[in-house]
Amino acid sequence: MQREYKLLNFDWITIGLFLLLVIFGWLNIMSASHNGEINSYFDMSQPYGKQSVFILFTLALIVIILALDAKFYERFASIIYVVSILSLLGLFIFGKNVNGATAWYGIGGMTLQPSEFAKFATSLAVAKYMSDLQTNMKTFRDQAKTMALIVLPAILILLQNDAGSTVVYAAFFFVFYREGLQQIYLVIVVFLIGLSILALKFNVVVASLISTLIIFGHHFFILRKRPQLIQPIVIVIACVAVSFGIKYFYNSVLQSHQKDRISLWLRLENDPVKLHEMKQTILYNLNESEKAISSGGLTGKGFLQGTRTTGKFVPEQHTDYIFSTVGEEWGFLGSALVVILFVGLLLRILFLAELQKSTFSRVYGYCVASILFIHFLINIGMVMGLIPTIGIPLPFFSYGGSGLWAYTILLFIFVKLDSNRINEW
Amino acid sequence: MRKLLLLSLIVLVGFVFIARLFYLQVYNEDPYSLYEDNAIRKVFDYPKRGYIFDRHGRLLVANQPSYDVMFIPREVKPLDTLEFCNLLKITKEDFIKFYEKAYRYSPRLPSVFIPQLSRMEYAVLQEKIRKYEGFYIQKRSLRDYQTTIGANVLGDIGEVNNYIIENDPYYKSGDLIGKQGVELSYEEVLRGVKGIKFIQKDRFNRDIGPYKDKVYDTLPQPGKDITITIDSELQKYGELLMRHKHGGIIAIEPSSGEIISMVSAPSYNPNLLVGRQRSRNFSKLYTDTIAKPLFDRSLKAQYAPGSPFKVLSALIGLQEKVVTTEDQFTCRHGYYLGNRRLTGCHSHASPLSMNQGIAQSCNAYFVNVYRRIIDKYDKAADGMDVWSNHVKSFGLGDYLGYDLKIGNKGRIPDGAFYDKWYGKNRWSSTYNISNAIGQGEVETTPIQLANMVAAIANRGYYYTPHIIKNIEGEPIDEKYTTKNHTTIDKEHFEPVVQGMFDVYNTGTAYSLQVPGIEICGKTGTAENFMKIDGKHVQLTDHSIFVAFAPKDNPKIAIAVFVENGYWGSRFAGRIASLMIEKYIKGEVSMTSMENWILTHSLENEYAKPYSGKEFGINRQSALQVIDKITKDTVVNPTTTRTSTFNQ
Repeated sequence: MQREYKLLNFDWITIGLFLLLVIFGWLNIMSASHNGEINSYFDMSQPYGKQSVFILFTLALIVIILALDAKFYERFASIIYVVSILSLLGLFIFGKNVNGATAWYGIGGMTLQPSEFAKFATSLAVAKYMSDLQTNMKTFRDQAKTMALIVLPAILILLQNDAGSTVVYAAFFFVFYREGLQQIYLVIVVFLIGLSILALKFNVVVASLISTLIIFGHHFFILRKRPQLIQPIVIVIACVAVSFGIKYFYNSVLQSHQKDRISLWLRLENDPVKLHEMKQTILYNLNESEKAISSGGLTGKGFLQGTRTTGKFVPEQHTDYIFSTVGEEWGFLGSALVVILFVGLLLRILFLAELQKSTFSRVYGYCVASILFIHFLINIGMVMGLIPTIGIPLPFFSYGGSGLWAYTILLFIFVKLDSNRINEW
Repeated sequence: MRKLLLLSLIVLVGFVFIARLFYLQVYNEDPYSLYEDNAIRKVFDYPKRGYIFDRHGRLLVANQPSYDVMFIPREVKPLDTLEFCNLLKITKEDFIKFYEKAYRYSPRLPSVFIPQLSRMEYAVLQEKIRKYEGFYIQKRSLRDYQTTIGANVLGDIGEVNNYIIENDPYYKSGDLIGKQGVELSYEEVLRGVKGIKFIQKDRFNRDIGPYKDKVYDTLPQPGKDITITIDSELQKYGELLMRHKHGGIIAIEPSSGEIISMVSAPSYNPNLLVGRQRSRNFSKLYTDTIAKPLFDRSLKAQYAPGSPFKVLSALIGLQEKVVTTEDQFTCRHGYYLGNRRLTGCHSHASPLSMNQGIAQSCNAYFVNVYRRIIDKYDKAADGMDVWSNHVKSFGLGDYLGYDLKIGNKGRIPDGAFYDKWYGKNRWSSTYNISNAIGQGEVETTPIQLANMVAAIANRGYYYTPHIIKNIEGEPIDEKYTTKNHTTIDKEHFEPVVQGMFDVYNTGTAYSLQVPGIEICGKTGTAENFMKIDGKHVQLTDHSIFVAFAPKDNPKIAIAVFVENGYWGSRFAGRIASLMIEKYIKGEVSMTSMENWILTHSLENEYAKPYSGKEFGINRQSALQVIDKITKDTVVNPTTTRTSTFNQ
């Protein structure tokens, strides 16, 4: 009786959406990675075969996560976080270099990517810290402390030359904002994004002029504070400084391949020789993935029938570019369905998070939704050419054991916390 | 409020993604086409193009292999252009020009880089083409003419133009298509259907196997051989006779409507339009605006028919019962209305009846008959309509419906035509008596005239002329085996046929008799005018002749038109008699007549209007005598002006 009662408490909608995404992802990995014929779904020499095994492991993992006591995660949050940081540090000694990033441990034939696991570890730590009764997220001191929890793994990952995974940590901004970060920070973030785009697309002068206009316009027409001019002037000077800073950051700090991605996205490159070179390299991926998606049309070419997928025209199609397979073989209907499934899952998590009685569960739920959202936004946006190329996987969908396990743990800890909601007071 | 930031962002991003997907997949994209998918290599297998035989089974047109260098602009990788250009014997500028032209057409679809390599060039390139990514060699089949005659009949094949590619999904860039003559008319029969193989490629342009287990692949269906109605010996002879003259000959078998011979002069060697030199030679032929070798005079040239048209006036007069064969009319060197001479005539006995009217080609006789036809009705317009309908029943005044794609309607005026010109009821038969004698507003093409003669030879019906004799395993169109009856009763033909027979016995073609063959004919001399620097200038008359033979059970009906040949029997009549003898007997006995034709040229006459000097016509122009043209001299009629052709 007790057991049945407990099972019913799990949020089966979340679990159903998760399963749909994993299974659909697996089908697409099969399409993207098979070589002519499929002998066995567990063919370990092929990515889709490995993915089958990863999925089986995942199911076992889910059982374990759900079997543990809900309080375990809150209690052990700090320890999990420390272990995760240590594993990231360990990479500097034992790490294996793949594609320029030292982000993997090689264990036998398998590789593990600790940065994936650091996401849920950080989420636990943040939830734990924010839910502490003594923490007040409106104070700068606590904001800074929480910030430190996030920045530490982010910097470690950046040092391993895995900028894509670092960007994911920006997700925590949404959590901060939900938990009481002042409105002004949101304004600053929006302003910074706007300034960056203006400064890079046009130049520092344009960016400064436009920001000056906005700030003074706001100052005189909305606030109507004529005599005090010092504040807006300081802000304008700050804006100009930031614009220069961005320009400097773009020109001197970013690595050339990162610069190219941004310049492509903002259409900055005019030199035909350079453009041609880009077409052969980074733009090639993007073009091929867009072409694969377009060629799918309304209904797609059918499972295993994509000509561009079969011809392996899109490099890395089974990992970061998996969505282009969906586009080609399942068409608009299939790919729109994937988008809807993701949006559905994210909204469901948000909805559940708001229902939580304990701060820990709510903050953690927010962390899950934010991290998954950032992945969804960047990955699909990149594959469709809306966002500069940043190589991070599509959760539950892309090939890869570490990723799949890490996102599963991330999600199912929340499912477990949520199931425990009625026991909270 | 704080709860809403992430929520609204998630929903917003969802909508943006779906909108982007819609743009990429539904709105932006043409329907997916296997043909345009560059992940699939399309390999075409071109079938053998059907052969063309003449009516006696002589092979006229066969095939030879040819190799095109094709390329897909976007797949071209940086290459050693110098070496590549040397192999193909082109300059780097050409290379860039071809590349850019093809890129503008489509970067994704295959275009021809260099068409029709010779066998030697192919042998050299074949070894090295692998080195140049994006380029490949497509084997096709070119025409191989077994003869140098009949360019206007056989036509030619050439690369399809962009208009056709856009409008007919069968054709792809670089495909060959019939451009003129029977190649054009029977394109779909001759070409067959090409086969296609779809092959899945990977991103390194390697083949990785057939696409979808070959379900979309097709085998080529070979083109069908066709036999045309042309007698190649007669055609060859006709072209020989027409050397150094401009004009056309059409010979039809009256009992079937088959076109036995179709000569347009000047002509050209069909082999000039094969292979890589095609476009250069074509533009030379095309830009020869004086001789116009590409203008098929036998089908398209529209002239006043002149006197042969008189026999129609006689037939209509009999049918309308306004004249009997015995009625006699006086001719005072012309037709007089009161004291005004409306038309002249040459010297002959007078008065005369129908038989001699035809034999002597008396203008006055036929003007009288014509006036009686028109004036039979109260209104001239009604009479004109009756006359016009009779004439049109001989296939004049409209497209004949033969199976070659070019032609002209000619012109046969009716009542409405003159009502419009002069005003309703403000004219009478005297206004357009020239129609009676084939001048005035009447115009015909040589093939229409030949068909008219065939209808007379058949005593009242004709088969639509056609060039196709049979298509391997398929009956020809029923249209060509159905009789078209004229509006003239059968009994009225005999006296007219007799009159045409007497043209040879006693009349204007007395000197053209062929021993042993009863020929019925009719001479014609048509005035012609030309605009030079805006002035209406009269040139030497056209020489016209129509005939059929033998008189009973005719085997051949012929119309000959020689531009500026002066009177009918002078050039056209001689040529017609020679052609008839050649066709019926198989050889020519009248060597002096043949010699005369082969040693006389009209080139001087044709040069006159372009000389910029004053010149005389008709009687004032001297005949130009040349060395005898032999059957073996390979002369391009146009070589007098355009110096070199690339053979």
